[in-house]
Amino acid sequence: MQIIESAKTYDVAIVGSGAGGGMATKILSEAGFDVAVLEAGPFFDPAQDQYRNQLRWPWESPRRGASSDRRSFGDFDAAYGGWNLEGEPFTNEKGTDFRWFRSRMLGGRTNHWGRISLRFGPLDFKRKSIDGLGDNWPIGYDDVKPYYDKVDKLIGVFGSKENFKNEPDGFFLPPPKPRLHELHYINAARKTGIPVIPSRLSILTKRINNQRGSCFYCGQCNRACSAYADFSSGTCLIFPAQKNGGKVELFNEAMVSEVTTDKEGKATGVTYVNKLDRKTYHLKAKVVIMAASACSSARILLNSKSSVHQDGLGNSSGVVGKYLHDSTGASRAVFIPKLMDRKIYNEDGVGGMHVYTPWWLNDAKLDFPRGYHIEVWGGMGMPSYGFGFNPNDLNKVTGMGDVGGYGDSLREDIKRYYGAVVGISGRGESVPQKDNYCEIDNEVVDEWGIPVLKFNYQWTNNEVKQAKHMQDTFEEVLSATGGILLGDKPGADREYGLTKPGEIIHEVGTTRMGNDPRTSVTNKYNQLHDCENVFVMDAGPFVSQADKNPTWTILALAWRASDYLVDQVKKRNI
Amino acid sequence: MDRRDSLKGLLVGSVAGGLLVTGCAPDVAEETTEEVSLPGYGRTVPEQEHDNEVLAEIFLNEHELETIAVLCDIILPAKAEIGGAIDAEVPAFIEFIVKDMPRQQLPMRGGLAWLDNHSNKLHNLEFKKLTKEQQLAICDTIAYPGKTAPELLAGEKFFTRIRNLTLTGYYTSELGIKDLGYQGNRPGVWDGVPQDVLDEQGLSYDEEWLAKCVDQSKRMDIAQWDDDGNLLT
Repeated sequence: MQIIESAKTYDVAIVGSGAGGGMATKILSEAGFDVAVLEAGPFFDPAQDQYRNQLRWPWESPRRGASSDRRSFGDFDAAYGGWNLEGEPFTNEKGTDFRWFRSRMLGGRTNHWGRISLRFGPLDFKRKSIDGLGDNWPIGYDDVKPYYDKVDKLIGVFGSKENFKNEPDGFFLPPPKPRLHELHYINAARKTGIPVIPSRLSILTKRINNQRGSCFYCGQCNRACSAYADFSSGTCLIFPAQKNGGKVELFNEAMVSEVTTDKEGKATGVTYVNKLDRKTYHLKAKVVIMAASACSSARILLNSKSSVHQDGLGNSSGVVGKYLHDSTGASRAVFIPKLMDRKIYNEDGVGGMHVYTPWWLNDAKLDFPRGYHIEVWGGMGMPSYGFGFNPNDLNKVTGMGDVGGYGDSLREDIKRYYGAVVGISGRGESVPQKDNYCEIDNEVVDEWGIPVLKFNYQWTNNEVKQAKHMQDTFEEVLSATGGILLGDKPGADREYGLTKPGEIIHEVGTTRMGNDPRTSVTNKYNQLHDCENVFVMDAGPFVSQADKNPTWTILALAWRASDYLVDQVKKRNI
Repeated sequence: MDRRDSLKGLLVGSVAGGLLVTGCAPDVAEETTEEVSLPGYGRTVPEQEHDNEVLAEIFLNEHELETIAVLCDIILPAKAEIGGAIDAEVPAFIEFIVKDMPRQQLPMRGGLAWLDNHSNKLHNLEFKKLTKEQQLAICDTIAYPGKTAPELLAGEKFFTRIRNLTLTGYYTSELGIKDLGYQGNRPGVWDGVPQDVLDEQGLSYDEEWLAKCVDQSKRMDIAQWDDDGNLLT
């Protein structure tokens, strides 16, 4: 076998087509660069019927939308893959149970995410100064604010100006009105003194340009929008970059294994396996941008060993893969008797919550650091596999009939309880630990022959205590709805319902940025300390992740880093 | 009609729709008997291959499927106004899902066998051959979790499984969605909870909140802001 060389040398090779890769593609192609985008999965465009999941009925799937090994979040979810990828395993160190959600497709995980688009606030960049834990970012809110503003205007996010501490306002589209279950949540939250405001999601409640439609309220953003009325990297960044006449060449099914370097240690391109012919190719590029997701980028860097970069590219600090951290999560649900036998109308709304609770206790003395926000769910959703399971368990609570049984009474049970359960979930900030990391498992390769990742990850008491606080809060708020809480309140034996590391799919921090090359992987512009023509533009460079969903910050930092890259090339520094 | 044809018949109605029309024409049936596939629903190539493999598999036998059909009809019978589980082709759904989810296979097969064993002990007949009264009498002993005799708990577990699959199969079918009355999955404009529902719930929108929300008459206008992020359009 021999490696097949690309005929030309691209200005930039971008590894990964998700949020960071998409933004880099747009900014750099518009700056006139000749860009190659390498994506490990197939092409995807939700506007083409062959890819469409939106507005399909459950019976169009023979498994009625059930999840499977091929789509973890169900047949109609847009994300190909999920918790398992056939032929591409990862391993866990004994005692670790890290979950890693991967989606191989154009746009990556931006095709199905929750569209929750929160800015990090001033406090979120400097947490060490507040609680002494972890590290401060080398940048602050003022460095990123201009880019958050530009992302808001380019991509669109609804929300409201609230002047709420550490939840910066932006350039918002107007939010949709709350749904019925959300009105119940608003009342309950107010009774318990917990703030609640319109949610902030990157969904177009108004048009933002002539290329994208406005939301038509099917509630299916996770299925990818055929009108491009929500954000995904393909529809909002890569396709527009191509249509703007940029030099963008897409390489789908291209599984990147290594960044190649010359004898001075400077990057010369990437090698990848074409999944369709299983041959190995070398794509030559003057600059390489890693945007394969925090863990995948760390894997590729660690696998890129050379005489100059003996521990892997960018890893002279030994920090690549370290400080891996995910959001905390916990949930609880309530049955609200007032919502029984509801009048049925179309309340699909946008895909996600219309209201939420931002972290409100920045100034309180608590027994854990950092905070969490609260998300709300419920309503009369479209049935899919699982709907109708244990249809009348709630009869135990209401005494309105048997539990179990058969016959016509089941129809009444189903209708009685349809839309009567409301749930809330906390999503919180964990404190990054050097001992939580991914590394190369030298004993295991994937089907492309590439060594895989092994995870080492334990929550600390900080996260467990935070989950306890969540459960206490949930109990208080949900009780204030006048409803009946479901399930037992998880106690210490279950770590208060704390989710497994990785499960919230906000894994970040594996190539953290910093001013000191001995303790960080990139500088404050996402550029490797060890190799000036390699950047990391996914969530790897996050020093800490706030309780905010990472996407909006990935986008802002990728834009900022791309501007810097253009400037450096102009100055002939790269 | 051989065994594969009859299974195919079960599948055609629920998922393969128009595609199998040729298979129903007697003169071409021979050439097409092995071709069972699904219309597209946004699948990747590996997913299509998987679906086709599952469709071509055979797991449950005809006796098992007939017993499932009897149970489906007991669990969700037709009403005068709307069809039941059989009309919604729930047995075909269960036939597929048991192949698609291997974890269902042993409990389903074992549960059906338990039901026949139990029926044979009581009446010296398989369950499906009992009178309706006898069938319902058995169901009454296993359909109510918490009230089941200890020696029948395996039957209760099975009945819960088949009830869950019957209901989920029904309410994810066109008929079931109609029975439920679900109104969504279509383009529309969400402009708040209907006033009569608010009144009935004793709830209202507060003016301050509403003032922040989208004016749906302007949803097609392209957004513009002033420098402070105030929306101008």
